[in-house]
Amino acid sequence: MDTKKTSLYQLHQDSNAKFVEFAGYQMPIQYAEGIVEEHKFTRNHSGIFDVSHMGQLFIYGDKDLTSDLEKIFPLDLKNLKLNHSKYSFLMDKDARIHDDLIITKTNEGFLIILNAACKDNDFKILKELLKEKYKMVLDENRSLIAIQGPKSSQILNEVVDGVRDLNFMSGNWFSFESQKVYITRSGYTGEDGFEISIPNDFADKFTRELINKGSKLIGLGARDTLRLEAGLCLYGHDLDKDKTPVEANLKWAISKERISRGDFIGSDIIIKQLNNGVSKIRVGIKPEGRIIAREKTKIFNQSDVHIGEITSGTFGPSVNGPVAMGYVENEFSKKNTKVFLEVRGKKHPASICSLPFYKKSYVKGVN
Amino acid sequence: MSEVKYSKEHEWIKLDGDVATIGITKHATEMLGDIVFAELPEKGSNVEKDGTAGVVESTKAASDVYTPVSGEVVDTNQAIVDDPSKINQDPENSAWFFKLKIKDQSEMDTLMNKEDYDKFAKETSA
Repeated sequence: MDTKKTSLYQLHQDSNAKFVEFAGYQMPIQYAEGIVEEHKFTRNHSGIFDVSHMGQLFIYGDKDLTSDLEKIFPLDLKNLKLNHSKYSFLMDKDARIHDDLIITKTNEGFLIILNAACKDNDFKILKELLKEKYKMVLDENRSLIAIQGPKSSQILNEVVDGVRDLNFMSGNWFSFESQKVYITRSGYTGEDGFEISIPNDFADKFTRELINKGSKLIGLGARDTLRLEAGLCLYGHDLDKDKTPVEANLKWAISKERISRGDFIGSDIIIKQLNNGVSKIRVGIKPEGRIIAREKTKIFNQSDVHIGEITSGTFGPSVNGPVAMGYVENEFSKKNTKVFLEVRGKKHPASICSLPFYKKSYVKGVN
Repeated sequence: MSEVKYSKEHEWIKLDGDVATIGITKHATEMLGDIVFAELPEKGSNVEKDGTAGVVESTKAASDVYTPVSGEVVDTNQAIVDDPSKINQDPENSAWFFKLKIKDQSEMDTLMNKEDYDKFAKETSA
């Protein structure tokens, strides 16, 4: 199969991007300045991310749709306000995670943002679960652009007036060149920011305007270091079909009300795990010194017993040191527990730590 | 002091008497991206031509550093371990990796001169 290109491909090329294939798309891993500079520019200023490879699934429907989706997602969707978003996951009956996602209530139904590598399979699963009762569009005609970092609100507001009044995890329809664009205040970097769903034909012009206002294109390389510093999971690494939301330490994303009702796919296992505990759990891991422990690095306890594995690990430019997360046996998951990481045949000391590694406050309410 | 020679693994080597200074080339640093970790061989250890003699890591991945000639490690550059970004800044000068007392001078003859290396680097990265 040919690799696909996003609507910003030409702009990436013009900006000297280095490309990689990611989930069937030609995507920029970095630009001329490199990952560390791009990372810092996002933290200190404003960065633009082409995330058009991600799935934008529009499902059209009303009250029936809301209650049908509640059978699938562990969210209190009935009380989710118009244009508000929630982080969630698509699970099977064993509560194994098939994808993680952001779901937003729109005036016509729901918009679900899916991972690129999972979107086609998610679509199939959801279509079957919803028994084809609702119109579902995995929209390939729209691009998705994220702008992240402290100056992003000001920059984006110069291009789309009014966006700075959005609250965190909420959105609305705006217009750009008389086109309808849907903008949410959200992101995946630990910074204040926005995600913009825009018709493909206008994505290039829109992005060039953001660049003219002082933002810069940032590649997938820095996106990975930013999200890891922020303690956020990457599907296919920190989350997959071998893990449940309780094991992934994501129980905060499950509605308590829905747990008490216990009527969603996977709820039996979730409730059991919440009551009885889990054998492995996701934790933050901070290596001592500068050694970088990457995905699949084995974790040992002080008695040299293998207790887990790293699922993401890199160098964190804002932390100025190595950062990692992974799964360990529950009894070794307490903060400050000393562990050892096997890198190139040698065991290096590290400790379990709380997430995120890097914290900044999101804009919760501007009104 | 002899001319600088280059290996196919993108190391440079400069011989002064029987002591060789070894580092990685500018071209190598450009391919690697931002270097954030460096590991060097132990002083006093013996390394074999084309064997592993260190590691560099960028934000993306780890890469081995090889030694283009055999010998005993007589010195290492702690400055690049403490601040690996120095490798990106000045790879072919102050950010050298290690010094060897070389065993067999004839191993130098197997390496490329600057002109051949530049051609090799251009061809292999195309």
